[in-house]
Amino acid sequence: VRFERRLEQPRWLTAAVPIGSIAVAFFLTAFVLLATRHDPLDTYRRLFDAAFFGNGALTATLVFCTPLVFTGLCAAAAFRMQLYNIGGEGQFYWGAIAAVGVALYLGDRGVDSTPVYVIAMVLAGALAGGAWAAIPALLRAFAKTNEIITSLMLNYVAGLVLTYLIIDSQSYWRDLDSFEGQTFPLGKSIPEEAKWPAWMLDQLGGVLVPLGFGLALVVAAVMWIVYWRTRFGYELQVIGDSPRTARFAGMRLRRKIVVVMCLSGAIAGVGGAAYEGDFAYQIDPTGLQTSFLGYTGIVVAALARYNPLAVVPVAFLLGGMLNAGFTLQGADFPSGLVGVMQGLILFCALGGEVLVRYRIRLGRLVARPEGAS
Amino acid sequence: VIAAVNDSFLVLILASAVLYGTPLLFAALGELLAERSGVLNLGVEGMMLVGAVSGFWAVQSVGGAGGISLAAALGVAAVAGAAMALIHAFLVITLRANQIVSGLALTIFAGAAGLSSYLGNDLDLAGAPAEHAFRPLDVFGLGSAPVVGPIVFDQSALVYLSWACVLAIGVYLARTRPGLNVRAVGESPASADAMGIDVTAYRYVHTLVGGAFAGVGGACFSLQITPQWVGGLTGGAGWIAVALVIFAFWRPDLCLVGAYLFGAYSALPFLLQSRGWLSGVPDEVFIALPYVMTIVVLVAVSSGAAKRRIGAPAALGVPYAREER
Repeated sequence: VRFERRLEQPRWLTAAVPIGSIAVAFFLTAFVLLATRHDPLDTYRRLFDAAFFGNGALTATLVFCTPLVFTGLCAAAAFRMQLYNIGGEGQFYWGAIAAVGVALYLGDRGVDSTPVYVIAMVLAGALAGGAWAAIPALLRAFAKTNEIITSLMLNYVAGLVLTYLIIDSQSYWRDLDSFEGQTFPLGKSIPEEAKWPAWMLDQLGGVLVPLGFGLALVVAAVMWIVYWRTRFGYELQVIGDSPRTARFAGMRLRRKIVVVMCLSGAIAGVGGAAYEGDFAYQIDPTGLQTSFLGYTGIVVAALARYNPLAVVPVAFLLGGMLNAGFTLQGADFPSGLVGVMQGLILFCALGGEVLVRYRIRLGRLVARPEGAS
Repeated sequence: VIAAVNDSFLVLILASAVLYGTPLLFAALGELLAERSGVLNLGVEGMMLVGAVSGFWAVQSVGGAGGISLAAALGVAAVAGAAMALIHAFLVITLRANQIVSGLALTIFAGAAGLSSYLGNDLDLAGAPAEHAFRPLDVFGLGSAPVVGPIVFDQSALVYLSWACVLAIGVYLARTRPGLNVRAVGESPASADAMGIDVTAYRYVHTLVGGAFAGVGGACFSLQITPQWVGGLTGGAGWIAVALVIFAFWRPDLCLVGAYLFGAYSALPFLLQSRGWLSGVPDEVFIALPYVMTIVVLVAVSSGAAKRRIGAPAALGVPYAREER
């Protein structure tokens, strides 16, 4: 077996590889299921029912898909210039904390206009997520500290902040008044006017499309334009591919690192705000920390090959799987199965990259006479 | 008097630093071996968790005398960790995939939301304590000697095994032919290849052995520290181990020092709680300490030493393809 580097990457392969990876991953997962004495076909049937075909399945899938588009875009924005922001998880938490904080504050001030709430929550989420990402960004830009480890460590810290706010303190975010809140640590709910609107689509048996999903589409489109159609995006691509070339061409590396990392964090932060405004309405430390929406964003971005427009369909698919994982969780659908599948999809996508980059030839290298084909 | 000394905060924190540092030490030693051969494996957290769950499963199901059962469990954990590392090795060595993304994929596949939790749930391991667990051995009956007793002599077999590993890896890398070959492979695979060293084989073996170490490190949690199965029980230790290799400038002896330093940070919240000290400060501040200190130490190390790249293998993270030399 020999690998020959391709001079040009065929377009059809860049789409075929992710789709093929998903198919191969389902095939491999079947072995994991068989090894643990589950029926793969039955499991897959239930998975697709819960994710896409069942009653109200699409509405529930959008609940997972919407934050995933944001965290996927967060990872794609940074990974594209080889800046590995693994902190989407923590930046998402901070977006949620800030958005809920602002909504509660405006509620106490008697604000009753939903647009004001939405704008304030989005801005607060973006600022908080961006600020949290600024820590690894500045450390990477000015102290050359590995951003993978710092951004990841900060996820654990952000998780502890969630626990502190709701479980271990009497913070502004905690519900101390209601009966449930006094017996069990709970987050305070945002006011009714602060809940984001959603639209009912009558096609497909009625799907509730939340405002956050629309916002996610807009962010994805804007990101595509910035990365593919502007000088800024082009420079990011050059920095990612060859930092030396970029430096000699006079691009400002440090500034770009900080800007991109903060933007990436801000996108995750808006995701946190949308998650709260659309679905959660309060800080739930366990719920946030066990859904792994930030980490799954990395899978989404890698499978989309860091293309913002491809992030949306990939997030929809993986969102469906997360949704099915939570719905079906139980003895004959052990939790963790969805993570196994995601990991396998990612492995296959990585392995498939080799097909995009190299032409694989079987047999030995034989010297051919000049002119022969 | 001896009892009072051995009950003092300093002795207790040092003794628990060794206990909590041991999983970090195993995982860091494994990562060091892989990285010295030029393979960056960010899947340590996932490999540790799979090691933890499979080691725990082995102890629960093998039965037999405590010692044999525990030794078998360590073997199972090592094999499980190596099996996880094999996926990474195949992707990055044979298929030349991006090492960072592949390592992240391994953590997602095997980690807290993946295979380890799937196995834990499917085999129904949660909730029961381990049938056998590693216990302090009280070597030579010196366990109650002042100061050194609790720290050095009253530790479990895992701790002594980790010391042997530090020594063995130190000698291996500095004094043996294969050890020197690994370093050549990590520094300059092209030269190593020209010398007739099989770059691919060296990278595979060291990545796999690295995975086995991570698996044993994970078993330290489920068979000694906790000792039971809880999903995600390593709590980021795998990532701290990755960082430890950087602090330790890729040297096994410094891995030991670093592991115990971070072991002490992990032990601190429990000790403070049991003493009732600083009870006004939220627990989360102390639980966050290892994570925050990882960042602090990493910044300190990278601002000074990274410029000279002390110890970092030159070919770390770079796939080797003979035809693209």
